[in-house]
Amino acid sequence: MNVRATTSKGLYSWGFAILVFIVLAFLPLYGSVYTMILMTAVIMYVALTVSWVMFSGPTGNISLAPAAFLGVGIYTAAVLGKTLPMPVVIVIGALASFFLALLVGALTLRLRGIYFSIFTFGLVVLIQQLILWYEVRFTHTRGRFVVVLDNTTIFYVMLAILAALLVAAYLIRQSKYGSALRSIGEDEEASAHAGVNVTVLKTIMFGVSALFMGATGAIMATKWTYIDPYIAFNPLFSFMPVLMAIFGGMGTFYGPILGAVVFAYLEELLITQFPYYYMLIFGVIMVVAIAYMPDGLVGLAQKWRKRARAENHANT
Amino acid sequence: MIVQIIDVVVAGLLLGGIYALISVGLSLQYGVARVLNVAHGEFMMLGALSTWALNRAYGLNPLICMAACGPIAFVIGYVLHRTLIKRLRSFSPSAAVFEGNSMLASFGLLFIIQNIASIIWGTEIKAYTFMAYPVSVLGALFAANRLVTLAFAVVIGVVFYIFLVRTRLGKAIRAAAQDPTTAGLMGVNINQVLALCFGFGALMAGLAGVLVSMSYPVHTTMGFEYTIITIVVVVLGGLGSIPGSFIGGFILGLIGSIVTKIEPGLSLAAYYLIFMLLLWIKPTGLMGK
Repeated sequence: MNVRATTSKGLYSWGFAILVFIVLAFLPLYGSVYTMILMTAVIMYVALTVSWVMFSGPTGNISLAPAAFLGVGIYTAAVLGKTLPMPVVIVIGALASFFLALLVGALTLRLRGIYFSIFTFGLVVLIQQLILWYEVRFTHTRGRFVVVLDNTTIFYVMLAILAALLVAAYLIRQSKYGSALRSIGEDEEASAHAGVNVTVLKTIMFGVSALFMGATGAIMATKWTYIDPYIAFNPLFSFMPVLMAIFGGMGTFYGPILGAVVFAYLEELLITQFPYYYMLIFGVIMVVAIAYMPDGLVGLAQKWRKRARAENHANT
Repeated sequence: MIVQIIDVVVAGLLLGGIYALISVGLSLQYGVARVLNVAHGEFMMLGALSTWALNRAYGLNPLICMAACGPIAFVIGYVLHRTLIKRLRSFSPSAAVFEGNSMLASFGLLFIIQNIASIIWGTEIKAYTFMAYPVSVLGALFAANRLVTLAFAVVIGVVFYIFLVRTRLGKAIRAAAQDPTTAGLMGVNINQVLALCFGFGALMAGLAGVLVSMSYPVHTTMGFEYTIITIVVVVLGGLGSIPGSFIGGFILGLIGSIVTKIEPGLSLAAYYLIFMLLLWIKPTGLMGK
């Protein structure tokens, strides 16, 4: 694992990121409403993917819980949205996900890799079933209406969450905690012997990644107007971040972001063009991406660049 | 009161037979081939829906369908391992990475199989009747088809157990389960054995699907719920242990039957709770090493 120091290359990528954010910040002034809604969805997927990679990337523990943390945020907005102002709801949604993740992490992070994946996936369905049962049995309703916000507000809040997330993810990656997480991913036992408090560090990182997912859910809920347990705890939201990260390439910081942008746009295209075959095509892309692009788009690009360079050498 | 208890217990055992049979399949796929195949329930769904389609179109006896569905499921499973899974196995740097990749790939398979089935058959719930006359078991009444289901599940399980213990190929499979690298060094054709295991797993799921369709309504999204139950049973019984799968299957069938009697909306949640508690307390399972 090579941690790139802040070189001129690093400065360029920061400059590029800031440029993208400036362009996005003025989007509501010149873009159409459709573009803005599309961009909100893209930003949501980027936020989910980056926060997933924050924990699962370095440690190698595949968490399938994003849908659970997103859903907790969504339900917080649905329950509290009418009585509390929006920023407070987002903070509560984020904290609720954070504490749920701490609890789950403390219980399960000692499990072997694959069991951790199943367990986290079980969490999604468990919460979904419990809320469904509660609603049918006690409130005799299914689903709730969410207070609606206008598209521009949702867009700006989502953009702000993404900015905070990217800065946090980058700082953690460059800090000693980032190195400790990568060492855990390479050899957990050796890392513990070297003085890393493995369980505490993993649990807290799991919580931080859930924090941003909860905030995302709380703001995105206002876009959906009506939600029920099947919409809020949709297992697809657990797979999307994993797939987007693999699709983009997990080795670099920008790989997952690239994967999320390309994939979110692809999803929009598929849903509008082939609504009946959308899930089928999704499955095919998933299998092909895992079997033929283990290093993602970034890996493919690097391979091509290397091949091009080798040809150049052969010519001279 | 007594009849009610017998009712719940026998219903649990009948359900448990099916759970056990599917779980033997997953136990082979995960215990030996190290693929946590989340598309396992989809093979069962394919078995169930093709039986329904054959029965409706030609009035074919479901028991005859077993003879056709089993081998077809086996071939699909075998080919899948020979192509996709083998590829994942060859480039994954470690066993843990392979397990993660193959699980994610099987989620992709789940979406593919489920959606192809929905395009062919539609998503509505379907059923046909076969041997639906009542039979008395210790005073409680059950449809004859459910007893046939249990009998077949037990017979298939026992036959497969004998195959594993008594034949040369069975011995190779057990060796591969313990240590694939060493088994390979001892002259076991490891890719062949793992692919066969994957095929046998699909075969069991396909047969279980045929059996399920005789006594329960079927639909194209039924698979995943069975996959979840199967994972719980396999973890409960211990990975790669066939008697463990049967014990786990019957225990889960009983619990499911009791919870359904008291609070039907909570059965899936109950399975999860058991699973979570179990992973936490004894991750190696009842019969695990």
